[in-house]
Amino acid sequence: MKRRLVLKQLTAASLLAMSGWMPQLMAAEDTIKVGILHSLSGTMAISETSLKDVALMTIDEINANGGVMGKKLEAVIVDPASNWPLFAEKARQLIAQDKVSVVFGCWTSVSRKSVLPVFKELNSLLFYPVQYEGEELEKNVFYTGAAPNQQAIPAVEYLMSEDGGGAKRFVLLGTDYVYPRTTNKILRAFLHSKGVKDSDIDEVYTPFGHADYQTIVANIKRFSTGGRTAVISTINGDSNVPFYKELGNAGLKATDVPVVAFSVGEEELRGVDTKPLVGHLAAWNYFQSINNPVNTAFIEKWKAYAKAKNLPNANTVVTNDPMEATYVGMHMWKQAVEKAKSTDVDKVIAAMGGQTFAAPDGFTIEMDKTNHHLHKPVFIGEINANGQFDVVWKSKGPIRAQPWSPYIAGNEGKQGL
Amino acid sequence: MHSAITRVWYRWLAIGLLAVFAHTAGAAAPGGVDAAMLAPLAASDTDAKLVAIAALGQLPDPAAARVLEALNTGALFATPAGRVLIGPGSAGGAARDPIDGSTLAMPADASAITINNRLRRAIAGALAASRLFADDVQVRLQAAQRLQSGSDVALLPTLDAAREKEQHPAVREALDIARANLALQSDDPARRRSAAELLGNTESAAFRPVLAALATPRADGSFAETDASVREAAVNALKQIDRHQALIEWTGNLFYGISLGSVLLLAAIGLAITFGLIGVINMAHGELLMIGAYTTYMTQTFFRQWLPAWIDWYVIAALPLAFAITALVGMALERTVIRWLYGRPLETLLATWGISLILMQAVRTLFGAQNVEVSNPSWMSGGVTVLGGLVLTYNRIAIIVFAALVVFLVWLLLNHTRLGLFVRAITQNRRMADCVGVPTGRIDMLAFGLGSGIAGLAGVALSQLSNVGPDLGRGYIVDSFMVVVLGGVGQLAGTVIAAMGLGTVNKFLEPYAGAVLAKIIILVLIVLIVQKRPQGLFAPRGRSVE
Repeated sequence: MKRRLVLKQLTAASLLAMSGWMPQLMAAEDTIKVGILHSLSGTMAISETSLKDVALMTIDEINANGGVMGKKLEAVIVDPASNWPLFAEKARQLIAQDKVSVVFGCWTSVSRKSVLPVFKELNSLLFYPVQYEGEELEKNVFYTGAAPNQQAIPAVEYLMSEDGGGAKRFVLLGTDYVYPRTTNKILRAFLHSKGVKDSDIDEVYTPFGHADYQTIVANIKRFSTGGRTAVISTINGDSNVPFYKELGNAGLKATDVPVVAFSVGEEELRGVDTKPLVGHLAAWNYFQSINNPVNTAFIEKWKAYAKAKNLPNANTVVTNDPMEATYVGMHMWKQAVEKAKSTDVDKVIAAMGGQTFAAPDGFTIEMDKTNHHLHKPVFIGEINANGQFDVVWKSKGPIRAQPWSPYIAGNEGKQGL
Repeated sequence: MHSAITRVWYRWLAIGLLAVFAHTAGAAAPGGVDAAMLAPLAASDTDAKLVAIAALGQLPDPAAARVLEALNTGALFATPAGRVLIGPGSAGGAARDPIDGSTLAMPADASAITINNRLRRAIAGALAASRLFADDVQVRLQAAQRLQSGSDVALLPTLDAAREKEQHPAVREALDIARANLALQSDDPARRRSAAELLGNTESAAFRPVLAALATPRADGSFAETDASVREAAVNALKQIDRHQALIEWTGNLFYGISLGSVLLLAAIGLAITFGLIGVINMAHGELLMIGAYTTYMTQTFFRQWLPAWIDWYVIAALPLAFAITALVGMALERTVIRWLYGRPLETLLATWGISLILMQAVRTLFGAQNVEVSNPSWMSGGVTVLGGLVLTYNRIAIIVFAALVVFLVWLLLNHTRLGLFVRAITQNRRMADCVGVPTGRIDMLAFGLGSGIAGLAGVALSQLSNVGPDLGRGYIVDSFMVVVLGGVGQLAGTVIAAMGLGTVNKFLEPYAGAVLAKIIILVLIVLIVQKRPQGLFAPRGRSVE
């Protein structure tokens, strides 16, 4: 009897031990692998870390609701460390070695450009969640952020309107890399089409991580004596802090010279004392302050997730546009896989067009049937003292993306794949 | 006349007229705020809001000014039913009725009225007119200055009345300028001429466009200004303004250069001690700056939590703390890692590089990858205007003074204390110093601690200018090495001159070459100088050089 009991216990124990292994053994069979390619160290960690977290949150949410086609999603996280060539290497590893079905990742345009050849060569799928400069359309990429006509152009139109201050002169201020340069090229052509002369446009670039904006702010001040001036800032991430600090201290108020920023969101403002910035603007397709039930639930979910996972500064977490774009993109991918009944890349791509999703921006937004971009609403928000945005203008509804800007010569007829 | 100006002028005129109508309409309750006037503020139509704001601005009733102030600060609330009330201030308390000032309970469905920049401008304009008669001189002066940029002729009687009453010379002058700006639209050429002269005398670039509009010919060769003598006065005024602006630009560049130089100096001076005096290539120097900045952040958090009344002085409290903490970290590094690597520069470089990565990741784990918020204390926010147009910001001035102070203290320490004497002895001849009984090991540790501590102080200063994040040090390490190498190893004076030189050259180049090219030119210059003088600009002479 005793021996039998021991045997029984042993079997039970080994079964228990096995069960510890089982999910992982089963996992190889019954999960779908999802790659997450965001910098968790280096300069871009500031912006990209929260995208990794929101992707994990969305995976948890999908798994809690039964997964995709009955299979659980399994995240494979890699850290390309803000190093552009490493992005390509890590992407190859995700696709070839880990055999992921889809990758969510990249922030800067240069990292996206670096991974494109890999995705094309291995015919895999990338969801890119950040607003960018357009002038690109790849079969293997879905762009869930804004194209220039969904962000930059409406913002400039607003600045030129009565409510936006009726700006006549423009300072195009940016960090020196592909996104600001291309955006400013489009904006200059757009301003020309509105009758703004070159003498009323001042284009200024700074190096990455520039911290001394004294001369630039003094120049803006001098430039603004020539007529109503607005600054269009494509300054990247954390260089914005010294810029806004200098602006505030030099006494250039938003009522005199409004600054509209394309890369400043709630996450970036977390590191800033926002009192001197009140009234400056940002253009996005989503703000945390947008009031609708879907968004309230989204923010609640994110806050609860941050608390449960004990993320750094969990009590002050915010949501922002690229996070929303990641969330929407992942849900749309899930829907497309379910429609295609397969994770096969070509079938999913075919199923993606025309997918709709009730997004936190308050609209049921649609993936365009041909151009791989979302139809998105545009919001212009003013920074308030709490580091949030008050929406001062919004588009009537979602706008179809024009990845190839009509303001750049030679783009006619390039609107689809 | 310039078309944009005309359009703005018409708009103001339209608003002014509407305001006059609103004023007459309100005559039933003379000079008082009534609910009908406030109702448009609760609605969503911006144009109606503008009319209401202008109307409120014309009222002598202090309640009107209260409403405008509240609207400006986001303290004006409205219920969906259209009831407007002033919300409790940040100090708490009950809501108030905007008309009679009585307190009442805040309705649950009330929300703050949001305004945009256009409304903010209108409010500032509307408030300025009534503030011309305020009791406080500063308020009157600001109001008068605000009105200088307007082109609303309807304000002229108000300005004249204020000028009549005004006793304070500065406010009188400001009012005269505001009136001159409007007098440019007068029918009388003599008045226009004297106005142009007066505006020229202000030497302010703000009046350049209106004067230029008088002096430059239109496309068909005719002038908006018909009188030749007025045109001549405008041309002279423009010259006067341009001369003064050139002076401002030059002084500005000098100030920006010195301020950039002080930042470089603060970042580099700790390195000048560890690299220059002990010869350790400390790649973790930038991370010591970062630790100093994070100490500032911690101090700020502590003050917010426990000493909110003293929050403005947290920076001062952060200085000794940052010095102590980074000095301890530095000494620990020296004792555990660096001292085993003396005389092996490559290994030191790699080891300290590794340490810098460890420190960065440690901070990232502790505080998160996001930047943390460090706000300027109120005495370091804003700036002082000199020469009538150049703003010298207080935080930059504070950092220049602080850098000078640090240099002075380091000089005192190196040249007038026993520790300094030992450090200099070791720098000149380590083995001889050892032989005559200088405890080189201990002095190395202390000197390294001193260099690190100063890096911590620099971190406090940098936290007031730029981002505080785990990567803070990365941005400064290259600049610091540039300064030390250029200045000459082992030379405090060389470091100071190199930092100031780099800062000023950079800032004088930037307006012409742009920030990107200026930085490249600076690097090329340094390469050329170091080619010519490998020991740096101010190399120590004699046998002490190995």
